[in-house]
Amino acid sequence: MKSLKAQEVPLADTGFQLNVLNSTFSEQKQFPKFRDKLAAHNLYPLKPTGIQIFQVNLGKMCNQVCRHCHVDAGPDRKEIMTRETMLECLEALAQTDIPVVDITGGAPEMNPDFRWFVEEVSRLGRKVMVRCNLTIILANPKYHDLPVFFKLHQVQVVSSLPYFSATRTNAQRGEGVFEKSVKALQMLNAVGYGKEGSELILDLVFNPSGAFLPGGQAGLEKEFKRRLKLGFDIDFNNLFVITNLPISRFLDYLIESRNYETYMDKLVTAFNPAAAENVMCRNTISVGWDGFLYDCDFNQMLELKVNSQAGNHIRDFDLTSLNNREVVLNQHCYGCTAGAGSSCGGETVA
Amino acid sequence: MENTYYNPADLAKFGNISELQPEMGNKFFSYYAEVFKEGALTEREKSLIALAVAHAVQCPYCIDAYTTDSLQKGADENQMMEAIHVAAAIKGGATLVHGVQMMNKLKEVTM
Repeated sequence: MKSLKAQEVPLADTGFQLNVLNSTFSEQKQFPKFRDKLAAHNLYPLKPTGIQIFQVNLGKMCNQVCRHCHVDAGPDRKEIMTRETMLECLEALAQTDIPVVDITGGAPEMNPDFRWFVEEVSRLGRKVMVRCNLTIILANPKYHDLPVFFKLHQVQVVSSLPYFSATRTNAQRGEGVFEKSVKALQMLNAVGYGKEGSELILDLVFNPSGAFLPGGQAGLEKEFKRRLKLGFDIDFNNLFVITNLPISRFLDYLIESRNYETYMDKLVTAFNPAAAENVMCRNTISVGWDGFLYDCDFNQMLELKVNSQAGNHIRDFDLTSLNNREVVLNQHCYGCTAGAGSSCGGETVA
Repeated sequence: MENTYYNPADLAKFGNISELQPEMGNKFFSYYAEVFKEGALTEREKSLIALAVAHAVQCPYCIDAYTTDSLQKGADENQMMEAIHVAAAIKGGATLVHGVQMMNKLKEVTM
């Protein structure tokens, strides 16, 4: 399977995606504007609460081509962050006391400067999270020691596993992904990740493999723990439940399967003001592979740059200006405010 | 009236039944919500039971709702199909067990 960009389809264009989301095509059903929903609950304009998470996307290159991927990542994507941009990230971080650096991709480990960057962030005394797709650990012998490298730097590993069985996982992430993910999780467990009493944290991310919203995080976590232990002797710490946002490849799937309007209806109907208050863009800044700044990874993939007076590139990083910005919103934001809410750390409503 | 008895869009209007009898309707929905909360059974188990019953009573709205709900609660395809087989077994069994009545009557009226 190729990325949307490699297929040169209209949806590869972010402007086209935004047109779909804003129902600009005549035959489309109209949905209430997200900003109006927020305004009705005195949340517009949406303002940051202070940056706690510095999320860095090291690039769109990935060994997998998942059907729901909001990054449109894959082996055919060559956009990756240079060491120069990483240095600018480190300079920006050093001016602040932002405690958490969340590294994502694509498969961030495929960036040749990945390990160097993790080491440098650790040297700044910040907690490092890596969003590891698991199969990368087995993709090439040069990645087999990643669990040991993660352990050395006390990296919190956050890994996608849409299901505890092969059928559903492979349908979303590709043939053989479940089996490799299980093996990788066992390798992480073997060095102490996710084990009781260990400080090495291994969290899993669940996102629905289809046009439906996720159920409650607590119930799903219990079931994932039971099934993964029973079937594969796998331990992990927390399950983060994430709603699929209607952008990029998931939007493509929704349109192709004729589920787009029903899915948007579900998101809009499930709008929860309590979830809206705790959306991740209020405490996160997201850096793209080319150094541009965004309110979140989803805005990054829609090329909706941050609205900061000091500028929108990492070399313009100004914490005060960023903390005073207005978050850039669009219709995809309904994905983060449905039901119990959704963020890179799972539900946003306790 | 619609041209068909069942319209998928009507599922979302289920709550409207309270319009003509608010007191009973509200009591029903309050009870309904309470039933599906996690208790001695998990929400996932309750959803699978609902899915099985939906097939037994052959309610298209319920099949629509509880297929999605079972997925949301973390049930997999095997569990969902097994739940339907449980419903089928009970319905089939209920038919067949009456065969004993037939056999009783048969014995009564034949030489």
